[in-house]
Amino acid sequence: MALLEVKDLSVRVGDKDILKGIDLSIDRGQVFVLFGPNGSGKSTLLKTIMGISGYTITSGEILFEGRRLNDLSIDERANLGIAMMFQHPPKVRGIKLSQVAHLLSEDEARIQELVERLNLGYLFDRDLNVDFSGGEMKRAELLQIILMQPKLILLDEPESGVDIENISVMGKVLDEYLRESGASCFIITHTGYIIEYVKATHGCLMLDGNLYCVGNPQKLFETIRDYGYEKCKECTVRHAE
Amino acid sequence: MPNEKDVFKELPKEDLLSAGIDPTEKGRSATFIQVDNRPSLSRTLFKGVELMPIEEALSRYPKYRDYLGRAFSMVGKDFPQDTEGGFFLLVKKGHSIVLPIQVCLFLKKKQFSQKIHNIIVVEESASAYVINGCTSEKAATDAFHLGISEYFVEKGGYLNFTMIHSWNEGVAVRPKSVAIVEEGGMFISNYVCLKPVKEVVMYPTCLLRGEGARASFSSIILSHPGSLQDIGSRVILSAPNTSAEIVSRTVSMGGKIIARGHLYASSPEVKAHLECQGLIVSEKGTIHAIPELETDYRDVDLSHEAAIGKISKEEIEYLASRGIDEDLARSLIIRGFMDTDILGLPDELRKKIDELRDKLTENSM
Repeated sequence: MALLEVKDLSVRVGDKDILKGIDLSIDRGQVFVLFGPNGSGKSTLLKTIMGISGYTITSGEILFEGRRLNDLSIDERANLGIAMMFQHPPKVRGIKLSQVAHLLSEDEARIQELVERLNLGYLFDRDLNVDFSGGEMKRAELLQIILMQPKLILLDEPESGVDIENISVMGKVLDEYLRESGASCFIITHTGYIIEYVKATHGCLMLDGNLYCVGNPQKLFETIRDYGYEKCKECTVRHAE
Repeated sequence: MPNEKDVFKELPKEDLLSAGIDPTEKGRSATFIQVDNRPSLSRTLFKGVELMPIEEALSRYPKYRDYLGRAFSMVGKDFPQDTEGGFFLLVKKGHSIVLPIQVCLFLKKKQFSQKIHNIIVVEESASAYVINGCTSEKAATDAFHLGISEYFVEKGGYLNFTMIHSWNEGVAVRPKSVAIVEEGGMFISNYVCLKPVKEVVMYPTCLLRGEGARASFSSIILSHPGSLQDIGSRVILSAPNTSAEIVSRTVSMGGKIIARGHLYASSPEVKAHLECQGLIVSEKGTIHAIPELETDYRDVDLSHEAAIGKISKEEIEYLASRGIDEDLARSLIIRGFMDTDILGLPDELRKKIDELRDKLTENSM
């Protein structure tokens, strides 16, 4: 049984149909990279899997370890083993990063180790995401996600706003977690930097609410890099799954 | 004073603790208790502090008779004269009293009207921390508390005064106070009201009279269904280089809150900031923030920010995505909003207040 199975999923946001009958399957241990131009529906897919409000499923279903997620709350999905890194996490005044970390894990040594590796010591007792830079937010997100010990990690542009040095730090921590836990990962990336650190097993392309060209992520990335999404749009040999 | 030793036994310990009053008196430098209209205990453990019933003070030290009403007349205000009891606190010149002085005003009888007048004098270069806990027994329904307080912080003096209101649904409260701060003096007023109360109406005024005087007012207010809390602070900056800050954090779980603040520059070269933040967590709650800035001069720096809103859904969903259920997420956000760090309280008291806040906001929906 696949870890995550998305069947004929259509999603509406406001009065716009964004996803149009998506089918996708991610197995345990797979690292799945999702490419696609802005506005193609990538974040919508991740947020729908997480259960964020405003993303209305109009048809289809999402299964996690065979269990239907459609009607589960966000925290129920999280507690089943799904963790999402937000592209733009909200500022949460009055709640410190340390407080959340301690709610997610009782393993003080593990918390300290990750705080150190992700260079979060100076942010640990600050209000979550308040006056954090883009890179600081992403590192804080990664800390929380790994402390949750999820089976499936959803990453929405993990490298945006992060400098090269910190991408390397994050990439290594993420890769180590994936290797040790056997968890799966679903990554949206524009730059592709993150896939230099994690062993991406699959890639696919989203265009206008549909998925195409499921295959080798490196090859897909190179093709996109060489030809751009415009060519993808024109391409007549889009490979439906 | 009669039965001094027994007074703590007469009063419910939990009520005292929730108002920041420590019956063991450990870590306190002086204690005063008035139950209804009866001063029941006054004890001073340190040199440099005098704490006693106001009537006793005025007969022992006639010079302080002139202090009655003095602060009110300095800001052109009237005050009720029909008071009975209250306390007199004197911190003598040059003394630094590090351990808090605790003062408890307790309402015990049903339908009783406690009307008191307090005078607090911090002499030149002296400093003190005061915890003023106001509380009542459950039985004290339809009761009323009127507290007139006049604070005098003399040249270079420092007063950190924390008032904790821990009443019940049946008590109406009208504190009226004026603080006068002289050159280089500092007055810090903290106000905490977390438990249900029928009504609190107060708008203390602080007059910064001497050059370089400073004032800081911080309030944390939680409003329950059926409560009316019309609470504000006013600072008059009447000398150069005076500065002030007013910060209020109000949360309505169904009650009505009016959060006022007024900064008035009656001198040039002053600086002050006002911040009113409100959070409504129940459909029935209302918050009305009324921040006011006023100046007679151009060369001043007065600012304010006010924000009222509900808990953002985005924040709740974000915490939910970490596996935190919605109720806990909501409580965490409310607790974080009512951050007691802004009060600068002694650790032990802050913990006590945090515990009470956490308990009262546990089922915030």
